Amino acid sequence: MAALTADTLEGGFHDPVFQSQAVFRAVMAALAEPARPVPLPPSARPPAPLTAELGAVALTLADPDTPVWLDPALAASDAVRAWLAFHTGAPVTAEPMDAAFALVADPARLPPLSAFAQGTAEYPDRSTTLVIAVERFDTAAGPLFTGPGFETPRRFAAHPERIGFLDQWAANRALFPRGVDIVFVADGLVAGLPRSARLATTE
Amino acid sequence: MTDMDDARFPPLSNSLPRGERGPVGGSGAGADAGVELNGALSPLVGESGREGAPGAVLDDQANLRTYSFAYLDEQTKRMIRRAILKGIAIPGYQVPFASREMPMPYGWGTGGVQVTAAVLGPDDVLKVIDQGADDTTNAVAIRGFFQKTAGVATTTRTADATVIQTRHRIPERTLQAHQILVYQVPIPEPLRYLEPRETETRKLHGLEEYGLMHVKLYEDIARHGHIATTYAYPVKVEGRYIMDPSPTPKFDNPKMHRSKALQLFGAGREKRIYAVPPHTDVVSLDFEDHPFRIQTFKEPCALCGAEGVYLDEVILDDRGGRMFVCSDTDHCEERRAEGHRGALSGESR
Ligand SMILES: [Zn+2]
Repeated sequence: MAALTADTLEGGFHDPVFQSQAVFRAVMAALAEPARPVPLPPSARPPAPLTAELGAVALTLADPDTPVWLDPALAASDAVRAWLAFHTGAPVTAEPMDAAFALVADPARLPPLSAFAQGTAEYPDRSTTLVIAVERFDTAAGPLFTGPGFETPRRFAAHPERIGFLDQWAANRALFPRGVDIVFVADGLVAGLPRSARLATTE
Repeated sequence: MTDMDDARFPPLSNSLPRGERGPVGGSGAGADAGVELNGALSPLVGESGREGAPGAVLDDQANLRTYSFAYLDEQTKRMIRRAILKGIAIPGYQVPFASREMPMPYGWGTGGVQVTAAVLGPDDVLKVIDQGADDTTNAVAIRGFFQKTAGVATTTRTADATVIQTRHRIPERTLQAHQILVYQVPIPEPLRYLEPRETETRKLHGLEEYGLMHVKLYEDIARHGHIATTYAYPVKVEGRYIMDPSPTPKFDNPKMHRSKALQLFGAGREKRIYAVPPHTDVVSLDFEDHPFRIQTFKEPCALCGAEGVYLDEVILDDRGGRMFVCSDTDHCEERRAEGHRGALSGESR
């Protein structure tokens, strides 16, 4: 672990109880009504390239019980590793298959969704939740999603998007109830794509 | 980090005498997290220094102590929150979680209380019902528990609540998008009475092998001429998992179907959390020649005249006098406030 610096100690929640509750409710709302960006209250100030939103979700959900996988952009930063270790206590794993959470700062180079834990038929919850920072959401264009949480299908895209993402998502949905869930974060927003969300055009 | 798995707290039922507090009407009770604990609940005050404790209070011995917002410590809340998110992503699937000891007996809805504690924030308005009523000992105690430990506003009015914890009923008023309904669940496994082994029921859910349940319902038909199950009537969620809706009357099952509200289920003793997101298909099991039907009542509510609601029988005297009234007390009161009258409510409209 990197040496403790002021940067490591700073930037956590100043009010952990209420800030983590507010972030949780935003993430819960995002997963309950997928493909619909909802406001994520500003809170954490982690070192780059960990974004404020990635940091806030990590502070809210990760702890010593949840191995976290970092994408290469994050894993390369000692400051990021030290900050996460200090504020969450979550062990970092190099194996996506072992991760409860995957933090992704560079979505264009996201590994295939199938590289992460998919859960089992009997315990589909033993899967990875990917938390992916993107630049923006597009709810005007983009493919139509539907499923639980949709009153009617919604258009949704998260940019930048990994090439072939939609094919991967269709494959992930085909594994249901196994599969991964995605929490996308952008500037001040969070949008969920739980494994239950399916492309309206392919089924 | 202090683990909450100890039994040092006396049951809440001993601390809160029956009828000590009536239901709190309206919203707007102080949402201040720094609520003071009075003598009745001071045994709930945990050790000092628990992580994230927002309030410091003086207990009876005038020792400065702190407690966690909504009672649970932050690590426990995180664990429960993770389980809730998995439950939402896999509608109807029972997510195992490390249920904590709560300062109340299991029959009092410790699973629902833990789910409520994990979602509740300072801006929430909480309603607690038991068999449709806000004023039973159980509902009063749980509402008081969250007033004390979270300082949240409480209400008896369904329309004003953001979080509703319930045992045995779904409110008659259609729930809205901003609302969360938290069910207290005693037995989360719908296959439990057919297959007692957890390893086997897990396999059956995994394989989507639900023949046992259909056999059980069909045996009902063979024996009674109809499906005799009236409570905890099994449902299929989004065409995949068979789920126990908790011991609500089957009358309430259709309210779960494509509800605008998020529905969360907590089973404390059995350590399971599950969920139904908004706008999700929840279909009661049935057969083509024996379609699912809800209970119907011959007469309207004797107090407010409501039809198409779930009624409870109330014994009036020892000579066999009785009446049927709304089980949802808030619904009944609101209707009467609007001027609706039933056969036994005195002057007619
Ligand atoms: Zn009535």
